[in-house]
Amino acid sequence: MSLDAATVRRVANLARLRLDETEVEKLQTELNGILGWIEQLQTVDTDGVEPMAGGSPVPVALPWRQDAVTDGGQADAVLRNAPDREGEYFGVPKVVE
Amino acid sequence: MMRPTDYTIAGGLRALEKREISAVELTEAYVKAIEAHNPRLNAYITVTGEQALAEARASDARRAKGEAGALEGIPLGIKDLFCTAGTRTTAASRILGDFVPPYESTVSGNLKRDGAVFLGKLNLDEFAMGSANTTSAFGPVENPWSRANDPTKRLVPGGSSGGSAAAVAARLAMGATATDTGGSIRQPAAFCGIAGIKPTYGRCSRWGIVAYASSLDQAGPVARNVEDCAILLRSMAGFDPKDSTSANVAVPDFAAACARGVKGLRIGVPAEYTLPGLAPEIEALWQQGFAWLKDAGAEIVPISLPHAKYALPTYYVVAPAEASSNLARYDGVRFGARTAERDSDLRDLYERTRAAGFGAEVRRRIMIGTYVLSAGYYDAYYLKAQKVRALIARDFAEAWAKVDAILTPATPTSAFAMDERQDDPVTMYLNDVFTVTANLAGLPGLSVPAGLDGQGLPLGLQVIGKPFDEETVFAVGGALERAANFTATPQVMA
Amino acid sequence: MSYTLEGDTGPWEVVVGLEVHAQVLSESKLFSGAATAFGAEPNSQVSFVDAGFPGMLPVINAECVAQAVRTGLGLNAQVNLWSRFDRKNYFYADLPQGYQISQFAHPIIGTGVIEITLGDGSTKNIGVTRLHLEQDAGKSVHDQHPSKSFIDLNRSGVALMEIVSEPDMRSPEEAGAYLSKLRQIVRYLGTCDGNMDEGSMRADVNVSVRKSGEEFRTRCEIKNVNSVRFVMQAVEAEARRQIEVWESGGTVEQETRLFDTARGTTRSMRSKEDAHDYRYFPDPDLPPLVLEQSWVDELKANLPELPDARRARYVGLGLSPYDAHVLTIEKETAAFFEIVAKGRDAKVAANWVTGDYFAALNRLKRDISDSPVSAENLGGLLDLIADGTLSGKLAKDVFEAMLEADESPASIVEKRGLRQVTDTGAIEAAVDAVLAANADKIAQYQGGKVGLFGFFVGQTMKAMAGKGNPALVNDVLKKRLG
Repeated sequence: MSLDAATVRRVANLARLRLDETEVEKLQTELNGILGWIEQLQTVDTDGVEPMAGGSPVPVALPWRQDAVTDGGQADAVLRNAPDREGEYFGVPKVVE
Repeated sequence: MMRPTDYTIAGGLRALEKREISAVELTEAYVKAIEAHNPRLNAYITVTGEQALAEARASDARRAKGEAGALEGIPLGIKDLFCTAGTRTTAASRILGDFVPPYESTVSGNLKRDGAVFLGKLNLDEFAMGSANTTSAFGPVENPWSRANDPTKRLVPGGSSGGSAAAVAARLAMGATATDTGGSIRQPAAFCGIAGIKPTYGRCSRWGIVAYASSLDQAGPVARNVEDCAILLRSMAGFDPKDSTSANVAVPDFAAACARGVKGLRIGVPAEYTLPGLAPEIEALWQQGFAWLKDAGAEIVPISLPHAKYALPTYYVVAPAEASSNLARYDGVRFGARTAERDSDLRDLYERTRAAGFGAEVRRRIMIGTYVLSAGYYDAYYLKAQKVRALIARDFAEAWAKVDAILTPATPTSAFAMDERQDDPVTMYLNDVFTVTANLAGLPGLSVPAGLDGQGLPLGLQVIGKPFDEETVFAVGGALERAANFTATPQVMA
Repeated sequence: MSYTLEGDTGPWEVVVGLEVHAQVLSESKLFSGAATAFGAEPNSQVSFVDAGFPGMLPVINAECVAQAVRTGLGLNAQVNLWSRFDRKNYFYADLPQGYQISQFAHPIIGTGVIEITLGDGSTKNIGVTRLHLEQDAGKSVHDQHPSKSFIDLNRSGVALMEIVSEPDMRSPEEAGAYLSKLRQIVRYLGTCDGNMDEGSMRADVNVSVRKSGEEFRTRCEIKNVNSVRFVMQAVEAEARRQIEVWESGGTVEQETRLFDTARGTTRSMRSKEDAHDYRYFPDPDLPPLVLEQSWVDELKANLPELPDARRARYVGLGLSPYDAHVLTIEKETAAFFEIVAKGRDAKVAANWVTGDYFAALNRLKRDISDSPVSAENLGGLLDLIADGTLSGKLAKDVFEAMLEADESPASIVEKRGLRQVTDTGAIEAAVDAVLAANADKIAQYQGGKVGLFGFFVGQTMKAMAGKGNPALVNDVLKKRLG
């Protein structure tokens, strides 16, 4: 599978990365190099193999926590690092639905 | 006369206990060492000298009151991927701007709890993506070692924990935290002539560590020797209810295991790790490693890991996929840097912020990860890779029926120069060929400095162990260390 | 006759499926310990997990899991002992992590069924495809600044159940009945408060039209419809729009639309070219969700009585199907009725609750949750009727007094002297006085004008200020008049 420039742009759109045309070209070459190398995975017989999900080497299940309010009440700490803090809110350019 | 920076962590703890030295004296020595050598090595992004001295004074006071913790007064560096409350945390990326976390990562918090003193935040590859520490937005880190025949050539310390490894090797910290997603502890440890362990997935909490690839990331220590790694890991590890992947298993006395010896242990030699292009010096060191272990009473057993050769391409699907999602939160809204024009709409703000905030390697991996998860490609890439990953893990599970640990080289080469291997991403990725399998299978892996190449650069051996059996890994590592008797020091050192 | 819409080319069938988002009733959020209460100060119920800060990790709330399982049991659905969370990746201002944690491939609840009752009394089964747990997003406020939107993350991370139906509904009425019934069930279960005004329940409505006997045609999804009435209106409006498109030779495009409640029409949302590439993959921060069958069984054993079962039980107590239905629509009403009827005649209790009591609520514009009369006191009133202390007429007076001050009926009877007179002597005296004053009427009565009996009763009651026991008054009069 080889990536064309349009696909590079579409993927950059999905990832919200602004690319100029020279970057599209450069990335297209690099990504095709990487994907070409990854292509060797297709030669592995994986019929009937359950895909791994998660990183644990032993079987694990989700641990549960009790339903209690233990967090929040810290609007200032939540907002303090914001590039655009508007009072008790985060500010962004107007969103039209 | 012993200089303060000569102490290992174990030795330093004994000296502190006997009042031969104070935490303040140790910390002052390290702060001076950082002032002297960090401008060249660039191992620290942020130095918190004043704060460290205040912590050291408090530490001495605790010790005087008889309240010394397990790491009381030990000055450490913290990889700048661990969130530290009140201290800027960058992940070596522009996109985090002046982010000051209001919280402390569990692992760094555990070290503080045990009395450690933090010297500052260590450089790394941006978002831990790299094998040379050349992708940091704060500039590359230089390896304190250099080639005998070309001493002015600046070498890479490895990555992504290049700052951690360089700082420990040059004695700008007694030990350091690091993280390992594909080899980011073990490869730089090997390049810098120090020890480093990536424990079993789930051994250390990931809470408060900036995520790269969640199913592969594990925190671990780098230190001057295996025993120091064991001491640090004991403090760093432990169940954390705030991380759903944290393992609820007891944390043993890893340091005690270092001296256990290898008598009767079965050590696996995987046939598939003999790569065609492997440097003869590395091949020779590997054979030497088996000889040492055999002499110490271990049995060498041939094993097969038939899918190991697919580990790197598997990693370069799984890790970027998770990263593309993990890094979506860096959007210039709640924290970090924002780049926008006056008339930017939200989408434009996102795109400009992320294009300006992420470096080339991070953008590349986000693109790969987004692509392999996107409609029409998920099965061919992501699902396929996760199936191959399952096969890689199964190979190891089968091997554990025959052996107690596996010995491999840590890296395919010694440290390379900053201007080498930067052109082709895939060439750079091959650095992790020996280390990445342990991440994919979730297993512990320890890198032990074991010798020098013809240029006088350090080389490491890797011990891979069973899930949650770091003790055997430390036992094997300790035996290798004693046999190798690695005493060489880098050219740049405090 | 099934529902169709008439177009230029003849009748069209309407096909509807609903995806309902129901906020799980819990103290804290799905993956963080921040509170879920409605109406708090902006960003005051936000943990660093909810705000997507670096290094923050999710840990699941046990109660949210239990609530999802209870709901599944209430929908007669399959409970999956193994389920998993995936990440749904997209960028949006109120989605801090850049992904929503949801259950895409392996939901906690599988197929189930909801029986709906229609206006003509008929019933129909609507299939439930699945129910899964997911996080809610934050809220964007657009009216505070001319060029900016403001983001409040209080809702970010609140647990939602997404309940997906089969495309089994064929009319606006069925869609409305389905949503009402689902709301009723989750409210009975206590798994969602069903407050549609506060956004605790909202529906994405999938609508398509077709000619009789055809396969399904392209559907459109109308997002975030927040009342039963609007769902019904949206279905009809969207179906009419699609019929027009098809009949004018066009093609309906699969898209997301919004229902404009003021205009009563749907409109296309600003198109997002990548809206459908969510890049789902298993969330590596969350191992699989594994349930013990014994734990599920325990939840099942402790499930509250559901509306269908309760309605059937009420009919068994002698109530009319209509009364049983009316009393079970809202669980608060049923709970009120249960107290009124406890140890008393259920039919009498039902008559009072659905009659005088409902009329009073209407008149006073009050809600049962803010009832002017407690169920205990209404029950007490019934006791006073049953033991003869009050006549029906007096009971109504006492009830009126109770509406003014929710006192016990006994104390009102005492204070106002409303106790009915059962002393035969007093009644005889009153009857005698009435008869003495109406000798002419007695003659007429005895002459065959038996209708005058009511006149004597009325006069006697009047003389006794309405407190005479009507039965005794009748007896005495009959005796006296021979």
